[in-house]
Amino acid sequence: MPAASEPAYKEPGERQVRRAILLLWGDRFAFVAALYLLIVIFFALFGPWLLGDMATALNLRLRNAPPGSIDLGWEFILGADALGRSILARLIVASRNTMGIAAAAVALAMLCGGTLGLIAGYAGKWPGTIIMRLADILMSFPSLLLALLVLFVFEPGVKNVMIVLAITRIPIYLRTTRAEVLEIRERMFVTAARAMGAGSIRIVVRHVIPIVAPTLITIAAIDFAFVMLAESALSFLGVGIQPPEFTWGAMVALGRNYLGSAWWLAFWPGLAIMSTTLALNLLSNWARTATDPTQRWRLEVTDKQNG
Amino acid sequence: MGQYLGRRALHGLVSLIGLLVLVFFLARLTGDPTNLFLPLDASLEARQEFAERHGFTDPLLTQFGRYVGDLARLDFGISIRQQRPAMDAALEAFPTTLKLAAVTMTLAIGLALVVGALAAYRPGGLFDRTANVISLAGASAPDFWVAIVGILLFAVTLRWLPTSGTGTWLHWIMPIAVLLIRPFGLLVQVVRGTMIGALSSAYVKTARAKGVKERAIIFVHALRNSTLPVITVAGDQAAAIVNGAVIVETIFGWPGIGKLMIDSIIQRDFAIVQATVLLTAVAIFSMNIVIDVAYAVLDPRIRHN
Repeated sequence: MPAASEPAYKEPGERQVRRAILLLWGDRFAFVAALYLLIVIFFALFGPWLLGDMATALNLRLRNAPPGSIDLGWEFILGADALGRSILARLIVASRNTMGIAAAAVALAMLCGGTLGLIAGYAGKWPGTIIMRLADILMSFPSLLLALLVLFVFEPGVKNVMIVLAITRIPIYLRTTRAEVLEIRERMFVTAARAMGAGSIRIVVRHVIPIVAPTLITIAAIDFAFVMLAESALSFLGVGIQPPEFTWGAMVALGRNYLGSAWWLAFWPGLAIMSTTLALNLLSNWARTATDPTQRWRLEVTDKQNG
Repeated sequence: MGQYLGRRALHGLVSLIGLLVLVFFLARLTGDPTNLFLPLDASLEARQEFAERHGFTDPLLTQFGRYVGDLARLDFGISIRQQRPAMDAALEAFPTTLKLAAVTMTLAIGLALVVGALAAYRPGGLFDRTANVISLAGASAPDFWVAIVGILLFAVTLRWLPTSGTGTWLHWIMPIAVLLIRPFGLLVQVVRGTMIGALSSAYVKTARAKGVKERAIIFVHALRNSTLPVITVAGDQAAAIVNGAVIVETIFGWPGIGKLMIDSIIQRDFAIVQATVLLTAVAIFSMNIVIDVAYAVLDPRIRHN
């Protein structure tokens, strides 16, 4: 696990940002991925506000209108769905649910997993053992099936999908946190703090959390793509997001019924899912190289030197 | 080593039991199957009689006690939908999924080792960059969408492959290809990452200085030291392939355990849900033990502790 450690020397913030951008420029794929993600984030924040009406406006004369022409208006460049709604507008509006659910689930999993991991690592043998065995149960079974079972019990919907996805991801954060805590609590500065009379809570807050947090955030960034795929799969199987709410996964599920006659209904939302997860993976790959001192030079060589 | 394996097996057994308890109560919470099985106009007495005959009226704990007692006698309950022992239905579907998973994982590991090792040989080179982007795209692709696009392209448009069902070897191509993509992508990433580290290590430099052939350096010296992380990820992916099997079997209409599980969850066929969960969990549990043994055999640090 590459711990995001402090740089040996402190640079002024502005120079650090410039350096990061230069390193990003060193990997063109990652650069494009970053730009793409910025656009997706913009749409997730402002899309529903800008295009909310357009995404729900029915136009039965345009049912399953094919993509590739702007004769019907720019919003129909990707075609229209079975009710004549603009697919482009729906893609943009759905980005909020898709990204929002994944972000909330990851944040929830990180918080719960981190807290439980701190307890498991710090509170002694018995609580630790019980927590770890519970995590083992969650880990020992395919997450999608567990989510399926739970979502048949509780009504599927935005909130429950979020919670279920978070639960299936908790073990990852829990295990990482516990492993780090077990290591940190043996370090000299913790012993010193305890010798000077610091209580458990103070040690955890002041000395343990600042070291664990960067690692967890790194994992969360990578996990985000996975959670997004899981939500799409659940929505595709019909136990995820329910109408009138929709995500990219739910759009693919709807389009599946028109596969023979109107391929664009299922194609574009799937492409949106794939390009977003791909962009996230490219970016996290870049970050791994950029934070690894033995590999960073690969990004610093310019194209000319590279041949 | 025996102690290490024993401890691992015990942990696995505890999670297995925990999982069964969890699934029992979750399944009971999904609602009363009575209303799903009897016609809408069934009388109240008929409903009552049905529920009592299948024991749905007893308190949950009584039902649970009965379930545990039956389990101890290897009686996994009768499927009310199919009117036969639930384990029979599960065991009938299991080989299909097992075959699918075995072929997929063998192909994924084999391909990933070759592609990852070759990519790591010249990091930043053309082959590496191509392999990197393709494997990342594979790890990012939503399997249900790949399946749909595959059907659209190869079955509907080109008519080369059947859309769904089983029978000829042609039916295997698309399900395996769809299942293969994610494990392959992730494994290439892992192999490439560990190989880049291994190839710049001191022992590889030593081997080069001794004049060992390049092929031997890649596939013997470096690759052998990268097997442990590969085994870990491959194990995770083999368990996760059940996730993919649910999707693939649903889309391609394969009579495997994933489809059986989804169908029985929807139909509230508790006995089958529990039997399939038990079977899947036992399969994953056994696989984890095999992986632990492989670890102990391959890694001297574990063997000697």
